[in-house]
Amino acid sequence: MDLTLKIWRQKDSKSSGKFVIYPLKNISPNCSFLEMLDILNEELIGRNEDPVVFDHDCREGICGMCSLYINGRPHGPDDAVTACQLHMRKFKDGDTIVIEPWRARPFPVIKDLMVDRSAFDKIIQEGGYISVNTGGAAEANNILVGKENSELSMDAAACIGCGACVAACKNASAMLFVSAKISQFALLPQGQIEAKQRVKKMVKKMDELGFGNCTNTYACEAECPKLISRSNIARMNREFMCAKVI
Amino acid sequence: MAELNSKIPKGPLTSKWTHYKDHQNLVNPSNKRKLDIIIVGTGLAGAAAASSLGEMGFNVKIFCYQDSPRRAHSIAAQGGINAAKNYPNDGDSIYRLFYDTIKGGDYRAREANVYRLAEVSNNIIDQCVAQGVPFAREYGGSLENRSFGGAQVSRTFFARGQTGQQLLLGAYSALSRQIKLGTVKLYERHEMMDVVIVDGKARGIIARDLITGKLERHFGHAVIVATGGYGNVFYLSTNAMGSNTSAIWQIFKKGAWFANPCFTQIHPTCIPVHGDYQSKLTLMSESLRNDGRIWVPKRKEDAAAHRSGKLKANDIAEENRDYFLERRYPAFGNLVPRDVASRAAKERCDAGFGVGSTGLAVFLDFRESIGRLGKNVIEERYGNLFQMYEKIVDENPYENPMMIYPAVHYTMGGTWVDYELQTSVTGLFAAGEANFSDHGANRLGASALMQGLADGYFVLPYTIQNYLAGEIRVARMSTDKAEFAEAEKAVKARLEKLMTVKGSKSVDHFHKELGKIMWEYVGMARNETGLKKAIELIKKLRAEFWKDVKIPGTMQELNVELEKANRVADFLELGELLAYDALNRNESCGGHFREEYQTEEGECKRNDEDYKYVAAWEYVSEGQFKLHKEELAYEEIEVKQRVYK
Repeated sequence: MDLTLKIWRQKDSKSSGKFVIYPLKNISPNCSFLEMLDILNEELIGRNEDPVVFDHDCREGICGMCSLYINGRPHGPDDAVTACQLHMRKFKDGDTIVIEPWRARPFPVIKDLMVDRSAFDKIIQEGGYISVNTGGAAEANNILVGKENSELSMDAAACIGCGACVAACKNASAMLFVSAKISQFALLPQGQIEAKQRVKKMVKKMDELGFGNCTNTYACEAECPKLISRSNIARMNREFMCAKVI
Repeated sequence: MAELNSKIPKGPLTSKWTHYKDHQNLVNPSNKRKLDIIIVGTGLAGAAAASSLGEMGFNVKIFCYQDSPRRAHSIAAQGGINAAKNYPNDGDSIYRLFYDTIKGGDYRAREANVYRLAEVSNNIIDQCVAQGVPFAREYGGSLENRSFGGAQVSRTFFARGQTGQQLLLGAYSALSRQIKLGTVKLYERHEMMDVVIVDGKARGIIARDLITGKLERHFGHAVIVATGGYGNVFYLSTNAMGSNTSAIWQIFKKGAWFANPCFTQIHPTCIPVHGDYQSKLTLMSESLRNDGRIWVPKRKEDAAAHRSGKLKANDIAEENRDYFLERRYPAFGNLVPRDVASRAAKERCDAGFGVGSTGLAVFLDFRESIGRLGKNVIEERYGNLFQMYEKIVDENPYENPMMIYPAVHYTMGGTWVDYELQTSVTGLFAAGEANFSDHGANRLGASALMQGLADGYFVLPYTIQNYLAGEIRVARMSTDKAEFAEAEKAVKARLEKLMTVKGSKSVDHFHKELGKIMWEYVGMARNETGLKKAIELIKKLRAEFWKDVKIPGTMQELNVELEKANRVADFLELGELLAYDALNRNESCGGHFREEYQTEEGECKRNDEDYKYVAAWEYVSEGQFKLHKEELAYEEIEVKQRVYK
């Protein structure tokens, strides 16, 4: 298939960027989206131009590194996949494809399509853990977890921290990401002891870092490659209220 | 240069580790604060070690090339983690896990290391549950287990098909807690370029800030390398795009011997190759072999008809299907170890029974188990894997059997370490897939996660103290020291050399070419002629690389092509050593299959008389390596032919 790519190019975090148009021919529909960009970069290197910089690593949809805003949607037109698992068969011959980085103030652009998501790490560092040191843990089966809660906890824990939820949200809210971690622990007996402190600290940090609030459009859930449910946000709000009131 | 001393503690196997811990040297709390430890890599081994050592009170600096520690490729492990809990009451024990691992490794691993691994396996599960890892549960709330290849018991703990992700996030959360507490400092988007050695001891690293291109000097009383395996030497593998050998190759050049490089694992169940633009191969978890049956058509004409698209898999009648693993290995069936399953698939495809457009694929069929258990049960067990398959291949695996083929997945070989996980350079340690220690010639499924976490949580935090106890009088060194300056100068010179080539071909061109040579001659089946040819071809390709590689941009900025070039330069040297080692090992064992050495049934023919040793290679100069042998003594286990029939 033949394509026209409209890609955001930005030299570094201080420079201003612009869209550059690249025609690309003869792409196999079985190619993944990132392989298509590899082919473009090979061509650019051949022409002595700077290749397009984008984040990627595992290319199997689990590391959460790829972060492309494709035709106005985080991770592009397919549902429930990351950009690395999006295949060109989802596009048509002759299509123009617009590729941008995540757009959110807490995720500044580093170069081209690469952004800085260390804000997510900072939120986790505030309390996204159970404070248990290595060694001395009790026999595992002493802690029983009902299957239903265990499954719900796993649903939330499946978050890959890619930031698509933030990119999708008009408020650049990180509440789906934060609530997934809060929920994972809130649903487990191990998480109860620090539950109140955890939610208060993580929400405070989230606000400090400039992420917006949730206004219930659910764009985050719609674009999440791992189908993290918005009900986690409700659970986080409940945890937060309880922590503040009780 | 030190002689090979594996430092295996004396005494009976079952009490070696306890005895070691009872008698090792410790560092008191006030001295821990004065000691710095550098850890490279934030996967299971690196993150687990960093959090544990930080908790103990050491000052830790941890480095990763990704934007966050949570991206390390441990995250992609799907199936599970082994432990000898014996929850299903099916006869498991520490001894049996130890035995299965030694046998699975085709009697090329160290008994003492493997026994320790089996011993601490249960602590890992306890630790991870305490951290809030959401393992699968039974209705009564207890932990659930499933079976994996190479074992007749169900000892694998799992979190759907994302066990690696959940365990890594557990370690990452523990690491994040220490970062907040200030005991660990994180350097993300940093790559280790070299180790710095002062008076014969590892004392730091040179790292490159990948955003600014700036070279940095970092001091540590000890250095731990936990940077994973070198599977990307084959270009196409299940590794992440950034996975590389550079850290273990640079320390190799500084005196840390490299053990058993030819022990590479080809995983049987991966999505087959489909085009020359392909950048990586995707694994379909081994757990699928619990419920999926592997087969090819019994008749060549059916296979040919499928290849040309004239016949669908579902139209091939039951009596015309050859379930070749069940036929050849009735005792273990579809759950034979990976090396055995991979070779059996290759044998069928080479004999003309392969399916799919390329003929390099076999079926993995769930029809029977869907009929027996219902689609919802299969979906609950493997839903995310089925979805992943459908997204990539564009075919529904609930209705049509999956097509799979072996692909490079894991490397058992790696930096040589002693019982303390110390390399042949004093003060330099290697953990996780980066070291060679526990899997012999073949790793069993669900054992990589076990080893990574064992090394990080339960082995290094002890053994590194035994070393550091002797370093408490060493004050923090200034990185202005000559040794740091020289190491930085050498790194700068190498990067400048790469930048000044200004050739005509991209880095990926060379990487792909190397991959083709490796897969063709040093892949699933190797022989003397092919290996010799590979060595010549690699030498030639390496020379061409240094004359003709093209890297745009400059050194003083974010330069992805330069990062890749630096890694590929090391792969071009490692590939040669891998072929040398394969050529040296005149036997077939585990993942290393030499066509000259096979039984009449096509099984591995080991040669215990001449090759029951660890091949530890010392770097002499480019393309020149010296072999040191560490003889393997089996005191507990009787060495015999590995049978899964």
